[in-house]
Amino acid sequence: MAFSRRNFLKYAAMSAGGTVLADTPFISAEARAKAEGGNVKYVPTSCEMCFWKCGAVAKVVDGKVVKLEGNPYHPQSRGKLCARGQGGIGQLYDEDRLKHPMIIDGARGEGKYRKASWDEALTLVAKKMQAIAEKYGPESLAMMSHGSPGDYFTNVLKAMGSRNIAFPSFAQCKGIRDVAWELTYGHKPGTSCERVDLENSRVIVLFGTHLGENMHNSQNQEFAEAVGRGAKIICVDPRYSTAASKSSFWLPIKPGTDTALLLAWINIVISEGLYDKEYVEKYTVGFEEVKEAVKEYTPEWAAQETELPMRQIVESVRELCRYAPNVVVHPGRHYSWYGNDTQRARAVAILNALLGTWGRKGGMWLPAKAKFAKFNDDAPAYPPASKPPVIKGDFPFAGGEGVTQVLRDATITGNPYPIKAWIVAGTNLMKALPDQRLTRKAIDNLDLLVAVDLFPTETVMLADVILPECTYLERHDGLYKISTREAGVAIRQPAVEPMYETKPAWWIGSELCKKLGLNDYAVKGNGMDAWEGRMRRQAKAWGLDYDQLAKHTGYVSIPDSEKPYITADNQPVFGTFSEKIELYSDELEGEGFDPVPQYEPVEHPQKGMFRLIYGRSPVHTFSRTVNTQWLWELEKENEVWLNKKEADRLGVKNGQYVVLENQDGVRCNKIKAKVTERIRHDCVYMVHGFGHNAPRLKRANQSGADDQQLITKYIEDPITGGTGMRVNFVKIIKEA
Amino acid sequence: MPRYAMVIDQSRCIGCMACVVSCKRENDVPPEHYRTRVLEMVQGSFPDLTTEMRSELCNHCDNAPCVNICPTGASHHEEDGTVQINRKKCVGCKACVTSCPYNARYINEEHGYADKCSFCQQRLAEGKKPACVATCVGGSRIFGDLDDPQSEISIILRKNSHRVLNKAVGTGPNVYYINQYPKRA
Ligand code: SF4
Ligand code: SF4
Ligand code: SF4
Repeated sequence: MAFSRRNFLKYAAMSAGGTVLADTPFISAEARAKAEGGNVKYVPTSCEMCFWKCGAVAKVVDGKVVKLEGNPYHPQSRGKLCARGQGGIGQLYDEDRLKHPMIIDGARGEGKYRKASWDEALTLVAKKMQAIAEKYGPESLAMMSHGSPGDYFTNVLKAMGSRNIAFPSFAQCKGIRDVAWELTYGHKPGTSCERVDLENSRVIVLFGTHLGENMHNSQNQEFAEAVGRGAKIICVDPRYSTAASKSSFWLPIKPGTDTALLLAWINIVISEGLYDKEYVEKYTVGFEEVKEAVKEYTPEWAAQETELPMRQIVESVRELCRYAPNVVVHPGRHYSWYGNDTQRARAVAILNALLGTWGRKGGMWLPAKAKFAKFNDDAPAYPPASKPPVIKGDFPFAGGEGVTQVLRDATITGNPYPIKAWIVAGTNLMKALPDQRLTRKAIDNLDLLVAVDLFPTETVMLADVILPECTYLERHDGLYKISTREAGVAIRQPAVEPMYETKPAWWIGSELCKKLGLNDYAVKGNGMDAWEGRMRRQAKAWGLDYDQLAKHTGYVSIPDSEKPYITADNQPVFGTFSEKIELYSDELEGEGFDPVPQYEPVEHPQKGMFRLIYGRSPVHTFSRTVNTQWLWELEKENEVWLNKKEADRLGVKNGQYVVLENQDGVRCNKIKAKVTERIRHDCVYMVHGFGHNAPRLKRANQSGADDQQLITKYIEDPITGGTGMRVNFVKIIKEA
Repeated sequence: MPRYAMVIDQSRCIGCMACVVSCKRENDVPPEHYRTRVLEMVQGSFPDLTTEMRSELCNHCDNAPCVNICPTGASHHEEDGTVQINRKKCVGCKACVTSCPYNARYINEEHGYADKCSFCQQRLAEGKKPACVATCVGGSRIFGDLDDPQSEISIILRKNSHRVLNKAVGTGPNVYYINQYPKRA
């Protein structure tokens, strides 16, 4: 069996350390259960409390999941789960879950539904989809999703002949960054997790990336490891975040001016000759053009623009260069800030290239090397698209993952053709997309809205048909390719049977195929173990022992796939046209964009208004965990962070409830003020995902305020279509 | 016999609360009660700030007022140095709850006994670390045997300056804090 050398060594070392306190190496789920005897089962699976997909082990006693632990073999969990991962049982046993299919029994938004059987619900969905496809063409069927369920409905839509499939994770999150890095390196900075070698970094730069609050398990483990080792953190954030509290340099930048700082840094790195000359020579093109383009961005200028002391700007970047190339400017994740975000990501990518971090220890590790045999289980090729999809809009570099708001706009206008049905799987669009008024308007234009989800969220409760999915702890899902330093494969399998009448998304998608007469695209075989059969065939095709994975380790690594650093015989491959790192981008120039990032100032708030910024909490994922018992208990509502001086001026006390009103006169629910020194005077901050308006979510409903409600304005990034959402200004109204 | 203790490396704590939720699940801690929590305390004024992340839990004190005051003998020291509660003997009189200077105890209302961090006695018996330590994402919580000079915890305590909370009350805590925050430029 092949398993992670890193973990093995770690565990071997721990046991050698001797005493009773070396956690028993995991070895095998089955062996562990046997050792304990009784009615205990250990099931290796994959967490889905967020998208990091950590390996987890469920302890099941008498058919009940009693504890979740991290799988020590899995490189993204390394034996640990975060708070949400630990709280997964709360999701499984949440009494507010959707329990059976439901069909709308009243007007949209009224919340009136009647219970239906699966057969009735799916027959209705299929009939309506067929009618819409006949009348308007298959392209009028669309899908939006997040997480695992999307794959199965992508299958349905493609089989029907539509390609109108979009994921908010692109335009509302990380797609912008991915495009920028693809333009520069020909690769994303990681697929599901960023390829940052934090564990070995000497200096880590974070631009608005609040590791610690932004809870991605293994990355945070490495971050803490780095801090513990004395690595220097340079944290650029208008807010004194957890990461800022660990930093040597906290740069409380004026929001919206990050690119100014980056360009000035690039200027300093070049003009002081601090860049990696050999690396630049060997692996990049366009250095001279960059040098020329950043000349005007002096530290003096940047100090004025960013409102940071010039000394801090200069000293921090010199410190960064001192330890290059064992440093990294983190690529970041959520990138949809100001509507010119691709260029900010390009600046980060260029700075990394000048420091030579790609393929260097403590920088960015190279993609793991592994080849997987093709596997499609003999499903026929999809029919061609009936019409080109609308999902890219007018954005030349919008990726295949689709621009959700373009789909939404087309649904409203009927241009270039009508969009009449949405399948929404695993995403609460009302809280994911900016300007809820438009989302609602689009939904009102639909002939059919189908929601596949676990909980009665705002979006689900607008659907015509609600199809209740079971949780990740109740279903087979897939063999996941993992790509960290090494490549590997992990499994998701049920710890317990689905509760109520819920079903796995694969089953729902497959049954829908059958009802639509698309049997060739349905999962082969009948019954609840059909998908497992497919997973077994897939394992075989990939040369893996399925039982080893399912019963024992939950994760296997692909031998010899780990070659993270550049060596004489391990050279990086860049997927760009020039096959080098493109500091200067001909591609961007070809479409009329700046080939080297230039600074574009953004609008700043008027007196009396604050810029609304938002972020994450380590105990919640988006808006989907607020109702989960133990997570809710820890954080029931969000707070609005307000600078102490500003609060004093306004007469707002810490803990007092206030209401925010944005530039368009839209108000949010009341929210507690956190009066603090930890934020600049010109912005306020709140954690995203609260302020539910979903009465069936008993714990979450009406707790805290919804940042997305206040984001009525957004600016589209012209390159990718990403929606800049940090462009809303709010005033604070003290509650009467 | 081991002598158990915990070290909290405050510089590594990222306030992620994995420990808190893990503890609640492992020990079936009732709603709104905690055996361990993580406090985040910020000092200074913008932009010159420092933070302290502080995990708090029962200190398994050598000279434990909760044990001394317990009228039934339910609260007691084990041979491994930990302070434990015999639930059968506990009458829920709350004497221990009020005597603890660390506010580490709560009453489990459903069952009527006092409760608190046990260093996951049940896990120690299986050779595992306490649940909070096992899942500590930051690697901030370190657990081990003070009597073994080669244990990780002994080595860490030898190498780093450390302190206990509220030393003045004289209870002899066995949870040690090391606090090495990065120097600011
Ligand atoms: S980071 Fe946390 S929630 Fe996300 S997959 Fe890992 S354990 Fe689960
Ligand atoms: S911390 Fe409190 S409960 Fe724990 S041993 Fe000390 S006095 Fe007793
Ligand atoms: S799990 Fe560890 S890092 Fe996270 S809050 Fe608890 S002590 Fe801190």
